Amino acid sequence: MIETFFFLLFAVMAAVGAVMMIGSRNPVASLMYLVLAFFALSGIFVLLDAHFLAAVQVIVYTGAILVLFLFVIMLLNLGHREEVDVRGLAARLVALVAGAGLFAFVGALVTRGGRATIAGDAGRQMVEALLASRGAVGAVAEPLFTSYLVPFEVTSLLLLVAIVGAIVLARRRAP
Amino acid sequence: MNLDIETGSLALSAFLFAVGAAGVLVRRNAIIMFMCVELMLNAVNLTLVVFSRSLGFEAQVLVFFVMAVAAAEAAVGLAIIIAIFRHYELVDVDRFNLLRW
Amino acid sequence: MVSLPLLLQEAHAAYEPILPALILALPLAGAVVNGMGAFLWRENKAIPSVVGPLAVIGAFALVVVNFFAMRAAGIHDPAVVTLWDWISAGSFRVGVDLQFDQLSVLMMLVVTGVSSVIHVYSVGYMGQDPGYSRYFSYLNLFVFFMLVLVLGANFGLTFVGWEGVGLCSYLLIGFWYENRDFASAGKKAFIVNRIGDFGFLVAMLLLFVHFGTLDYRSVFAAAPATLAYGGAIVTTITLFLFLGCTGKSAQIPLYVWLPDAMAGPTPVSALIHAATMVTAGVYLVARAGVLFAMAPVAQAIVAAVGAGTAIFAATIATQQYDIKKVLAYSTVSQLGYMFLAVGIGAYTAGIFHLMTHAFFKALLFLGSGAVIHAMHHAYHATDRHEDPNDMRNHGGLRRWMPITFATMWIGTLAISGIFPFAGFFSKDEIIWYTGAYGYGLLWGVALLAAVLTAGYMTRLMVMTFHGENRTGDEERKHLHEVPAVMWVPLAILAVLSVVGGWVNVPDALPGLPGVHALHDWLHPVFAPARGIFEAHGLHEAHASPIGGGEALWAGISTVAAAVVILLTFRALVRRRYEPAAGAPEPTGLAAVLYNKWYVDELYDRVIVRPLLALWRGCWRIVDAGLIDGTVNGLAAGSRAVGWIGSLFQTGRVATYMFYFVTGVLVILATFLL
Repeated sequence: MIETFFFLLFAVMAAVGAVMMIGSRNPVASLMYLVLAFFALSGIFVLLDAHFLAAVQVIVYTGAILVLFLFVIMLLNLGHREEVDVRGLAARLVALVAGAGLFAFVGALVTRGGRATIAGDAGRQMVEALLASRGAVGAVAEPLFTSYLVPFEVTSLLLLVAIVGAIVLARRRAP
Repeated sequence: MNLDIETGSLALSAFLFAVGAAGVLVRRNAIIMFMCVELMLNAVNLTLVVFSRSLGFEAQVLVFFVMAVAAAEAAVGLAIIIAIFRHYELVDVDRFNLLRW
Repeated sequence: MVSLPLLLQEAHAAYEPILPALILALPLAGAVVNGMGAFLWRENKAIPSVVGPLAVIGAFALVVVNFFAMRAAGIHDPAVVTLWDWISAGSFRVGVDLQFDQLSVLMMLVVTGVSSVIHVYSVGYMGQDPGYSRYFSYLNLFVFFMLVLVLGANFGLTFVGWEGVGLCSYLLIGFWYENRDFASAGKKAFIVNRIGDFGFLVAMLLLFVHFGTLDYRSVFAAAPATLAYGGAIVTTITLFLFLGCTGKSAQIPLYVWLPDAMAGPTPVSALIHAATMVTAGVYLVARAGVLFAMAPVAQAIVAAVGAGTAIFAATIATQQYDIKKVLAYSTVSQLGYMFLAVGIGAYTAGIFHLMTHAFFKALLFLGSGAVIHAMHHAYHATDRHEDPNDMRNHGGLRRWMPITFATMWIGTLAISGIFPFAGFFSKDEIIWYTGAYGYGLLWGVALLAAVLTAGYMTRLMVMTFHGENRTGDEERKHLHEVPAVMWVPLAILAVLSVVGGWVNVPDALPGLPGVHALHDWLHPVFAPARGIFEAHGLHEAHASPIGGGEALWAGISTVAAAVVILLTFRALVRRRYEPAAGAPEPTGLAAVLYNKWYVDELYDRVIVRPLLALWRGCWRIVDAGLIDGTVNGLAAGSRAVGWIGSLFQTGRVATYMFYFVTGVLVILATFLL
């Protein structure tokens, strides 16, 4: 009961945040709405017993990536722009159609398997058992550092490449 | 109405994905477009987390990776936008035809 | 190497050809050595002077040895020597087979003998020419191919020789190729010959289809049994063969190349276009006598074309002023006689005339060469550029060139058929047989052509050697007789023109021993064909169509020819001719004859121009328009498609996002469906 209430709360927050984000004129305002949406998502993760991911969502996504976005907006001094940033009517209609289509398709796809693939009570119990045996972090860490060690290392390489790339791309040309 | 969290989450993720896609099509500001892309990625993350309950916690490992890649992509993309901004003094993607032959 | 006395002792032993490959190898080696000489020792005149004639004289010696060996061995079947297999495809085999029988050995004697004489003459005639080595190389090569043609034991090898002599003819006609007109004459010869060669090829294909082989002995043995007499197949084959002959031997309608071929050096005209190459067609008809005997329609056409050409060319010759052109048309006319003979079945007479004609026509050409040589010298000395060939520039040359004068008169009497010169026996035999076999119209035509022959030859002699000299006062001082290397061959040929006819004196002439040696010699070769003739009603009369025996008509024709000569002489010797430079244009009938009945112009209008128009049309419409248009159109089309593609590349992210989303929607839809 409580869970359903909180879930609805978070879901509405996320949805509203998302819609406001794409509709808002001020880039900083858009960003803030997105932050709101991400927080809501983090809450939903908690409700789904993905505690570790909830934490990571807040720390990495909202705390790092969106902050980076904010930094860039402020660096480029876009905060004051109030000019019309949204495309014309035709584009909005296209976007509406595309969005509706995507919503329908994706929704139909992910629920297609029927109730059997969506966990329900059996899933809850499995998750609780796992969490009990390993803890929230351990449940994710165990596969990560054993079966998926190589992708893990490769990802770290990827991050290195991204750092170097970002620095090279964004620096001023030598005079 | 049988509203359990999983189904609701799936519906929400589909909705967020659609909104993100619509946002990409609608906005002209490059940074906002990027944020919409991040939104889409999060929608996918949500789906993965829902399915991890029945298909195993490896899905959450995948979410982890998605987040890492999103971070890298955001960094590089924003660096590109900064580089373009230096030249063009604006971030309106409609005015950039640099990808054109 | 078997010694000659030993051979003569072994009478009636089997005949084996002696060194057959060497007969071919000597001229070929000469061609190669002289060819190299054209590049390597260009300044050295001694080597070609020796190698060229010796190669052919050596071949002639070998042929003579073989001739005597064959005579000693008596009557026999052809001896075939296989050098190697050329084509061997399944059951079809064409080998490099050399056939030594009476006909081929006789032809070889004529070819190598006359060739040797002309090679020696050429040493003098072409001595100052910068292309001396090249000339002898081509001439030797020609002799090689002519021998291949005559020695071939199957149609395929003969065709190789056929084509080869055509090639050498082209090379030699256009010998002075820097002159555009001469080069064009060479091209004309080759192209017109090609039309004939097409006929030969079709005939060979038909022979292969029906007999499965091209071998002479096989085909001629099988033909009477497997083909219907007078049927469509044998008639078609022989008519196509004859098409080849009209090309190579310059009969109507493909004779037009021969007069233009006079652009080549005079010894070439003597050898190729009088004595040897142009006789290849006659040889072919004689060789394929069995086939022709079985196709009376084709035979009639051969005889009619022969007679028609004889008189047609004779009329043209009466109005030509170029001395070589007169002789060229005379050659065409005499070849007509030969075809008339082999067309009616008088094979020996045809070959006999081929032989005597080789002697006196070569003599006449070489003599004219001597005249041209002398005129050329005279003009060169005074730096004038008149035409040395034009008889209007000649006149009274007997004072300065007595040997040439005498030998050419001998040749003229021979060609006119005056007793006892060679032409009398051969030409009169043809005319007699035409009458005796019942071809009244052709007999009359042949008589008329003989009269014209005597006429135009006398005109040639009068204009060149008698009367006033029109060369010019300065030039006259430089006129002189030709050196020995050139008049000795003339003398040799003159002797042959006198005695050459005595090998085949018919029995019917009273008072003469009937030495029909040639007839007896060639009898085994022509017996099968003659047999077919006799089986189908050929019957030899002993009186001409309007009465009188052979002796009577022989006498009449000699007297008629003599009378014509005398009358023409009297009429023309006092006539004043203008030198060519200022001479008036001929008018009326003379103009028509002078312009060769406008046949070349007719061919140009009817055949050449439409073909050129067609080719130009093909070029413009098909090649430039269609093909180039298609290729260019494809390129333009590719560019258009590319342009359409470029419309998608706006460079704007928004567009690409749109495509992205659309694509994703489509993919999702496929997952759902």
